[in-house]
Amino acid sequence: MILTYIETRDNKIKKASLEALSEAGRMARELKTEATAVVVGTGKDGLATELSSYGASKIYLLENAALDQYSTQDYAAALADLVKKSSPSAVFFSATSMGKDLSPRLAARLGVGAASDCTQVAAKDGQLEFTRPIFAGKALLTFRLTSSPQVVSLRPNVFPLAPAAAAGETIKEGVEVPASPAGARVTEILQERGGEMDVTEADIVISGGRGMKGPENFRLLQEISELIPRSAVGASRSAVDSGWIGHQHQVGQTGKTVSPNLYLAFGISGAIQHLAGMSSSKVIVAVNKDPDASIFKLADFGVVGDLFQVIPPLKEELKKLRC
Amino acid sequence: MNILVFVKRVPDTESKIKISQETNSIVEEGLNFVLSPYDEYAMEEALRIRESKGGKVVAVAVGRDESLVILKKCLAMGADEAVLVKDPLPESYDGLRTARIIARLVQAKFPDAKLLLFGKQSVGADNSQVPSMVAEFLGIGQANVVVKLEVEGETATALREVEGAQEKVSLTFPAVVSAQKGLNEPRYETLKGIMMARKKEIPIVTIEELGLKPDELASRVAIVRMDLPPSRQAGRVVTGPPEETARQLADYLHNEAKVI
Repeated sequence: MILTYIETRDNKIKKASLEALSEAGRMARELKTEATAVVVGTGKDGLATELSSYGASKIYLLENAALDQYSTQDYAAALADLVKKSSPSAVFFSATSMGKDLSPRLAARLGVGAASDCTQVAAKDGQLEFTRPIFAGKALLTFRLTSSPQVVSLRPNVFPLAPAAAAGETIKEGVEVPASPAGARVTEILQERGGEMDVTEADIVISGGRGMKGPENFRLLQEISELIPRSAVGASRSAVDSGWIGHQHQVGQTGKTVSPNLYLAFGISGAIQHLAGMSSSKVIVAVNKDPDASIFKLADFGVVGDLFQVIPPLKEELKKLRC
Repeated sequence: MNILVFVKRVPDTESKIKISQETNSIVEEGLNFVLSPYDEYAMEEALRIRESKGGKVVAVAVGRDESLVILKKCLAMGADEAVLVKDPLPESYDGLRTARIIARLVQAKFPDAKLLLFGKQSVGADNSQVPSMVAEFLGIGQANVVVKLEVEGETATALREVEGAQEKVSLTFPAVVSAQKGLNEPRYETLKGIMMARKKEIPIVTIEELGLKPDELASRVAIVRMDLPPSRQAGRVVTGPPEETARQLADYLHNEAKVI
């Protein structure tokens, strides 16, 4: 059995968790086993239908009001207990902020190795084989885990959704949470303005580099983003280090690695550490004044021109497409 | 307050990575190795806490003798002490093994450490596993990907970055914290710091000394192969009046790539 941890926010299932469940379903079919899902916290009964429509044959609900607010320690303990009871061969997570925080803690609790932020999983001779980018994508590592169960996190936006009807039997498991307070507890969530989408979750990333010339011009990229659903504004390291935009927008080796359907690069020359963070995007488009910019070597479509002159008519074209 | 900072030696981010197919590892020759960028934020934060609250900062690396260079840098930045846990094994990409070594070191040599600081990931292995695993082995709380840390007596409040938001995490010491860019602006070493660092001895702890069992030291990661990513082909490039190139671009996105 492959168990997938399902992350929710405001009682909605994260798309990245459905991607992980879809991949778990694919691997479960190859390994002739079943895919199951686990949700932590109370009031999650309503999510079972959606999870069964993505191939979950069983849905475990770990219900305890003490788990309604995330705590790495308590969640890892609750999941470890379920793993001991249900003996999955693998536990899948999405490599979101929570997945990256929680999956290694669960692995350590079980005393097993973990495969983090995988971009490919394959079943070979009845075993899982993982591929993950290292050096922010400058190289790819393919490996197996020699311990069991295998704790795995999958990079968001890489694995396709695969709706598949399944039984979706709901199983409520009581969980005990230690009375003594955990050493760390989330007390508050501070939303960024408008709860804007993160570059790692967006389908389309619109990035700006040194060519943006100043912080005020990132407004132009924001305006394009407002015309495109599920898009987010990214930036190169030089734009971030110049203080033009917050580091949470940075794409590259000391920022985030993204794999959106479309990466639009405005005024980004293409330093090696930036390319590492975005070269797995499905489609890359670059707008740059310099015809020799390295970004054109990997862009599917390039415009040589002044971004400040290209953006206004581009916005008009995008508005037309929207109607 | 006693603070431990765990640091790693990695190729700098401008490096071009080459692979040796025989050994399934990266070619180290010709690479410029540095203190992992996120570890610099961890180091800086430790120094700032010591400056305001007092205590001692110890930098710790697990690795071969080459790691002494980055420990010297930590001393030059202002660490009081540095320790090398000598691990002859090349990069295994297995966080569990490193976490076991670190957890055992803390229990054996630094039982009074209050704060264990890490970079949110090493640049290279990119696993983001070790901080959480160490916290679990020691049974203490954790806050990863932290952009703000405020220490108050036996507790701390950390802001941790998540998608499109920040989580406020309340920590009770001892605790693990991993640093994200934005936490602070790391200082440069001063000439005086470099001179002082030269004089300081860096004690070496061997893996054997820590009494880990062979099974605990076995890597859980069995490398099958290492590859370079598929190279992308340069596509079409257009020039001309902005109205025209913008129209061509929109046409490409909508009708050809079908992404908008």
